[in-house]
Amino acid sequence: MEGGVAYENGLNFKATELTLGLPGSGETEGQGGVRNNNKRPMPTPETNEEESQAHKAADRGSRAQIVGWPPIRSYRKNSLQAKNSEGEASGMYVKVSMDGAPYLRKIDLKVYRDYPELLKALEAMFKFAAGVYSEREGYKGSEYVPTYEDKDGDWMLVGDVPWDMFMSSCKRLRIMKGSEARGLGCGV
Amino acid sequence: MDLSPKQSSPSESTRFPDEVLERVLALLTSPKDRNAVSLVCKDWYTADSWSRRHVFIGNCYSVSPEIVARRFPRIRSVTLKGKPRFSDFNLVPDNWGADVHSWLLVFASGCPFLEELRLKRMRVTDESLEFLALNFPNFRALSLLSCDGFSTSGLATVATHCKNLTELDIQENGIEDLSGDWLSCFPENFNTLEVLNFSNLITDVNPGVLERLVSRCRSLKVLKLNRTSSLDRLQRLLVSAPQLTELGAGSFSEELTLQQHAELKYAFGLCKNLSVLSGFWDASALNLSAVYPACSRLSFLNMSYTALQSPELASLLPHCPCLRRLWVLDSVGDKGLEAVGANCPSLEEIRVFPTDPFDEDMLHTVTESGIVAVSQGCPKLHYILYFCRQMTNAAVATVVRNCPDFTHFRLCIMNPGQPDHTTNQPMDEAFGAVVKACKKLKRLSISGLLTDLTFKYIGEYAKNLEALSVAFAGSSDLGMQYVMEGCSKLKKLEIRDCPFGNVALLSGLERYESMRSLWMSACNVTIDGCRSLAREMPRLNVEVMKEEGSDDCKADKVYVYRTVAGPRRDAPPSVLTFSGL
Repeated sequence: MEGGVAYENGLNFKATELTLGLPGSGETEGQGGVRNNNKRPMPTPETNEEESQAHKAADRGSRAQIVGWPPIRSYRKNSLQAKNSEGEASGMYVKVSMDGAPYLRKIDLKVYRDYPELLKALEAMFKFAAGVYSEREGYKGSEYVPTYEDKDGDWMLVGDVPWDMFMSSCKRLRIMKGSEARGLGCGV
Repeated sequence: MDLSPKQSSPSESTRFPDEVLERVLALLTSPKDRNAVSLVCKDWYTADSWSRRHVFIGNCYSVSPEIVARRFPRIRSVTLKGKPRFSDFNLVPDNWGADVHSWLLVFASGCPFLEELRLKRMRVTDESLEFLALNFPNFRALSLLSCDGFSTSGLATVATHCKNLTELDIQENGIEDLSGDWLSCFPENFNTLEVLNFSNLITDVNPGVLERLVSRCRSLKVLKLNRTSSLDRLQRLLVSAPQLTELGAGSFSEELTLQQHAELKYAFGLCKNLSVLSGFWDASALNLSAVYPACSRLSFLNMSYTALQSPELASLLPHCPCLRRLWVLDSVGDKGLEAVGANCPSLEEIRVFPTDPFDEDMLHTVTESGIVAVSQGCPKLHYILYFCRQMTNAAVATVVRNCPDFTHFRLCIMNPGQPDHTTNQPMDEAFGAVVKACKKLKRLSISGLLTDLTFKYIGEYAKNLEALSVAFAGSSDLGMQYVMEGCSKLKKLEIRDCPFGNVALLSGLERYESMRSLWMSACNVTIDGCRSLAREMPRLNVEVMKEEGSDDCKADKVYVYRTVAGPRRDAPPSVLTFSGL
């Protein structure tokens, strides 16, 4: 890790520009971070969905953490880690994002018994209406559509597979704009 | 120079016999006042030396134990701090030093009536704990915070041999947790404990032993349980010790029956004197409601070990009308912070820690809105520690407009070098606003994208600043120069990953002897720069920690501190000491 860098002409904004590229938002995703960050550049929106997700997953793995940053005491870090690993053992936490919303949430899938319960919770959490699911037409006409990434990295409509299969294969959820969700799901 | 108090000097500066002077001075307890008193004249120096009961040593290497024992032969209580603060974040090698043993050896003969020892960031071995327990017959109070090197066996020797122990406070240490048997080492007739904090430990203590100990110690005021302590145990302990003023609950996630919940709530209701609550690992919303009856006098609530959501916090806060200090995780979100603003008019301190500090996808759990909401409802706020992933200059300006009395302002925008997310500008104006508005500011931690302008503001306006923490900031040597020239009361400066080099380092020549210490890591300082500094200032220790594989000329981590004890002799090979002596 190199020592400090002198900015050449003033502030070197471009290199430090942090545009928060929201999943599927279509905005230009700039390079994140600063000289000491080993991030690779975020993918441009033209790459298709699967590739950019794979990029992101690999990125997360190779991203080197800066030693001693953020400044959290080891004791607190260990306390949190213990808590998180316990959580993983007893719950099934997956991240949920929504196109256009500036935050992510984590939910425990084990808390829900079936799709209707899950959908109701998602609708309440993100304030949207998913509409009615039909096997042939998905969530036709809805402004937002719940989708998920499965173990193989494929993006599926929530509801396409039996609940148990969904529980064991869902890695993360994404509430996509209805217009983007066309072409998702099996049997199409 | 004979400083014996037996010789009463006939100078005009004192008309009192020494004994009277000592009695009068004994009424002054603050170390700062005592230090000032000792500078008045020789007689006052002597009287202070003989009557000083408590010594605070902010850097264990600034003075030697021999000097301390010789000057203050009758001290009863010592507070010692060791490693640089950044050792908390793994930036200091394990074998760096700050071992307490040499201090204990000297005190055993020089200050054998020592009663209290409070250590922070020191190395403490089991051998040292045993030595302490066996060589100080009046020993009463031991507090270990952020220390390492010992195990529960060391605690066992303290419990076994310290017959008059009133305080055992084990916090946030790197302790080797071998078993819970140490608690059983308190003798069966032992009953003097007033403070017991073992929240640090994982292994469970023997069932029944704790309950019996608590019921014997009628003066027990502070009890902090560890994570494995069940709710059942807690309930019985509360019934047995309703006089507690500070409680650290254990785990709070068990499922309780209605009956158990009612019993727990009843037990909390018995505790009319609780002013501090902490612990609560993994608290469930339902269980938290059992705590409400104990909250009416609560002044400090530490919920930073459980991921409270905003509705839970919003339900809890109305029960705490006297709350002055609150620590939470950012899981409470901006909505939770709005509830703080709405319910805590007396709030003076808030700390918001990150739930997932290393997961950069977890965006926006608390944002600039949260901190603004707190400032709007809590005009008495003077201490803030805030971890977030986005901030704006305008929000910070609003916060300090609402609360101009900040003494401690610590803002950590977790992505290094991140600008104002609405304007894309640096965060210079935010910290400019802080130092302009908060005349009483003593401690400042800055973050985000920052240019030399931030430091110009700090040097110009932060005239009472004593501690400054800087990371990934600044554009040139000028930044550090501004601070060294402008902040005349600066005591501690920590810098990491900034473009400050030898010019910046040497700009502080006039300042370092009045400071406790300077830390600079991953900056542009070289070995030669350190050598020059040491040559110019012989009463400073200039230490360089070399990292493996770095260039020979680079000073990877620099630690500079004033000392009257000369260069230290216990530094490991990876620490180079430069001295002008």
